[in-house]
Amino acid sequence: MKGMIHSLESFGSVDGPVIRYLVFLKGCNMRCKYCHNADTWAKEGGQLMEADEILDKAERFRSYWREDGGITVSGGEALLQIDFLLELFSKAHERNINTCLDTSAQPFTREEPFFSKFEELMKVTDLLLLDIKHIDDEEHRKLTGHSNQNILDCAHYLSDIGKPVWIRHVLVPGITDNDEYLHKTADFIADLKNVKKIEVLPYHSLGKFKWDELGIPYSLGDVKSPSAERVKNADDILHGRK
Amino acid sequence: MRDEWRGFKGTHWVEEVSVRDFIQDNYTPYDGDESFLADPTDATNKLWGRLQELQKEEREHNGVLECETEIVSSLTSYGPGYIDESMKDLEKVVGLQTDKPLKRAFMPYGGIKMAQEAAEQYGYKVNEKYNQIFNEYHKTHNQAVFDAYTDEMKAARHTHIVTGLPDTYGRGRIVGDYRRVALYGIDYLIEKKKLDFKNCGHGDMTDDVIRLREEITMQIRALQGMKEMAKIYGYDISKPANNAKEAVQWLYFGYLAAIKTQNGAAMSVGRISTFLDIYMERDLKEGTLTESEAQELIDHLTMKFRMVKFARIESYNQLFSGDPVWATLEMGGIGMDGRHMVTKNDYRFLHTLENMGPSPEPNLTVLYSSQLPETFKKYAAKISVLTSSIQYENDDVMKPIWGDDYSICCCVSATQTGKEIQFFGARANLAKALLYAINGGKDEKHKDKAGKPMQVGPEIAPITSEYLDYDEVMHKYDIMLDWLAGLYVNILNLIHYMHDKYYYEAAEMALIDTNLRRTFATGIAGFSHVIDSLSAIKYAKVKVLRDEFGIATGFETTGEFPKYGNDDDRADEIGVWLLKTFITKVKKYHTYRNSEPTTSILTITSNVVYGKATGATPDGREAYKPFAPGASPSYGAETSGLLASLNSVAKIPYEFSLDGISNTQTMNPDALGHTDEERANTLVKAMDGYFDNGAHHLNVNVFGTEKLLDCQAHPEKPEYANFTIRVSGYAVKFISLTKEQQDDVIARTCHKRL
Repeated sequence: MKGMIHSLESFGSVDGPVIRYLVFLKGCNMRCKYCHNADTWAKEGGQLMEADEILDKAERFRSYWREDGGITVSGGEALLQIDFLLELFSKAHERNINTCLDTSAQPFTREEPFFSKFEELMKVTDLLLLDIKHIDDEEHRKLTGHSNQNILDCAHYLSDIGKPVWIRHVLVPGITDNDEYLHKTADFIADLKNVKKIEVLPYHSLGKFKWDELGIPYSLGDVKSPSAERVKNADDILHGRK
Repeated sequence: MRDEWRGFKGTHWVEEVSVRDFIQDNYTPYDGDESFLADPTDATNKLWGRLQELQKEEREHNGVLECETEIVSSLTSYGPGYIDESMKDLEKVVGLQTDKPLKRAFMPYGGIKMAQEAAEQYGYKVNEKYNQIFNEYHKTHNQAVFDAYTDEMKAARHTHIVTGLPDTYGRGRIVGDYRRVALYGIDYLIEKKKLDFKNCGHGDMTDDVIRLREEITMQIRALQGMKEMAKIYGYDISKPANNAKEAVQWLYFGYLAAIKTQNGAAMSVGRISTFLDIYMERDLKEGTLTESEAQELIDHLTMKFRMVKFARIESYNQLFSGDPVWATLEMGGIGMDGRHMVTKNDYRFLHTLENMGPSPEPNLTVLYSSQLPETFKKYAAKISVLTSSIQYENDDVMKPIWGDDYSICCCVSATQTGKEIQFFGARANLAKALLYAINGGKDEKHKDKAGKPMQVGPEIAPITSEYLDYDEVMHKYDIMLDWLAGLYVNILNLIHYMHDKYYYEAAEMALIDTNLRRTFATGIAGFSHVIDSLSAIKYAKVKVLRDEFGIATGFETTGEFPKYGNDDDRADEIGVWLLKTFITKVKKYHTYRNSEPTTSILTITSNVVYGKATGATPDGREAYKPFAPGASPSYGAETSGLLASLNSVAKIPYEFSLDGISNTQTMNPDALGHTDEERANTLVKAMDGYFDNGAHHLNVNVFGTEKLLDCQAHPEKPEYANFTIRVSGYAVKFISLTKEQQDDVIARTCHKRL
């Protein structure tokens, strides 16, 4: 089957272990205020591609991957195309390609038909980059337009099945850069048994031009990137050092 | 064995001059990490501090601190010079080109006019008497070349279809085996050359025998001159060096002899790191040297390489911007026996970039292989991330051709140390040749005396159709490339004949075998633009816009076409075809002194000047806009990310371009990783993959566009004084580039994903 692709990139080094081939899928339900890929929101307008076509392209870069490199699928929200994703990762594993899923888990639910597909998907997924946007449900709704309950549930599920994850947390002054929330997030992470890495991603406004191009008002207009000091503070808290 | 050789193993190098065997018999591979390295000593900090002040003064004086106008440079014509007279006891390695630091010597043998012009440009006036001496009594290389040039050659030079010819200055690219001075001492080398003289010819005085006999005698004289030169600084270098300090000093005197007598475009130092490490290891074992002292020797030697200067004219500076001398120096590599050649000294040379900050010179080059120790690869990558001052070349592709003791003789070109020289010259502008194919050999920019487009190439029928037909273009391009290859080879034949005759490199040749291998290094410019242009003609529709003379002045391209730099075989195959076609044509012609023809795809900063001389091309490049440098894809053509771009360049077979395939990539730090350690690790993986794919060269820059823009706006900020970036084949201080070249660097796509 074909997937709706936003773009492909031969060189990703901060989206999973070592060097990754990046596949950005179209479509996302969340409307995060700081999104730097607003052009991936819409579910249509991408390029339709077969899984094998993508893997053929990706494999041209195998020599750069060494032991741990591979493909990372991001978005948009990749889980919105779970059928395609399942085929892509299954075929990747047949080709001995390491798979990594970059997701906010917003589509996650324990209900069918999603859940059994997700269980299947996890069998062919080597690592997840799980984005926790906000620990507080109310704040999460304000920031993204959606609840975080099913997302936190997803994190627990992944912990239960022992699937390796990297937790990512975007630090936005005035929204997530708050010691109380950070400590709550840290407590949540501390309960999980499958976390291999915790990354604090400092907010930047470099994706703003995409909002402008799309004609969508950008509500974080004046917000600056957090200081190095605050980034370190968040990093210390999330790692339980503070 | 001589006492100076105590503790050294091996026999062959004792009987014959063979530094390579000495190294293989005696070096100690180092597998550890950088933790042993020492900080700069007080002496280093004081001297480097003083040198930075001098460099600042130099910048304030329009880029030149002082020019010699009275004394012609020779091995012994200047008295001793020091970084600072009052601190001369601190200098562990001594010797300057002239009697003062950063003062530019007067070197008229390449061309008196240029030497005078260079001085005048900076407000100095060369003594009048030299006018008469070098115009009436003694011919210079430049005059000799112009005495013999044909009209066609002058026209090609004028329109820049062939550009950057070494007909007004030293040709450079000849690397003396400066290590020989340290290992053998001058007397032994003279003895060996005398033997060669005796065995030169069997009595029949053919011109090659006469020439060689004369050359050997000049070499012997140069060796004697080197001894005199060393004496000025209080050293006797007739015998081998006795310890590490002497080895460093003796070797440097060999190099100093070269830069006092030649102002070649590239004056490489060569593969000295592993060699010197052997002396360091012996002294460390004997307890006569500490790590701090070892680092100090390397720091002070490096400081000297950072001080090499030549007086250049404006047009030269436009070609090769930022005062480069290509004091290229190699590290790493793997021996024929499979042992890697990384030594502690390789770390020490890289560490100079930490101890004394980033610097364009010496042109530090890592001979890379994925098989090098991970610790060393990571350290080099870390230094790249911090300083953007290193280039990498693939030992795995060079070693089968040049062995395990080659040096890089210019920016990226390999040459066997002490066994080989290179006749180098310029580049053929293949993009302009494509326009000549379309325009019937007429130049698109230059007019003749009657005001009509100048006929430079063969007068074939121009293409007159509204839309370009691929087969027709290819047919005519083939004719034009045939002509260009022949003309270019013959210009170089003429130049090198005259250079040997009037500006012979006696000091460098004295440190190279008498019976040597010669390569004939041609080069090409406009590579990516020709590929994308031919691809546009083949896969899209290209409409020609013509002026009143019928000359194509612009192109309108409709439709999509594959571009070089996206790992798309349709485009990349055109590149392979182009390179193979050109070198095949070059090889058809006789080359001077039966040298072996090679070619290169590298342009230094001259991509700006070549572009300036070339009209619009069908790939969409506007008229007189810069070319992409070297073998790099065109700006904006790469849309598939860094690795796709690297894959395209890696497809160019090194065997067709043995003189080098230069690729410059600028990476945003954020795209490489969150921390410097992550960035270094990513870089190692990227280079492992790239070089395992068979690529030849990579310049690595790690910074964002913001930094370039800020540096351009505030060049006076102290942090930018030594801000170094890699351009095609060398490194340069960003603030010393012209505004135009700065803009060019800024315009190039930084590989960055948000």
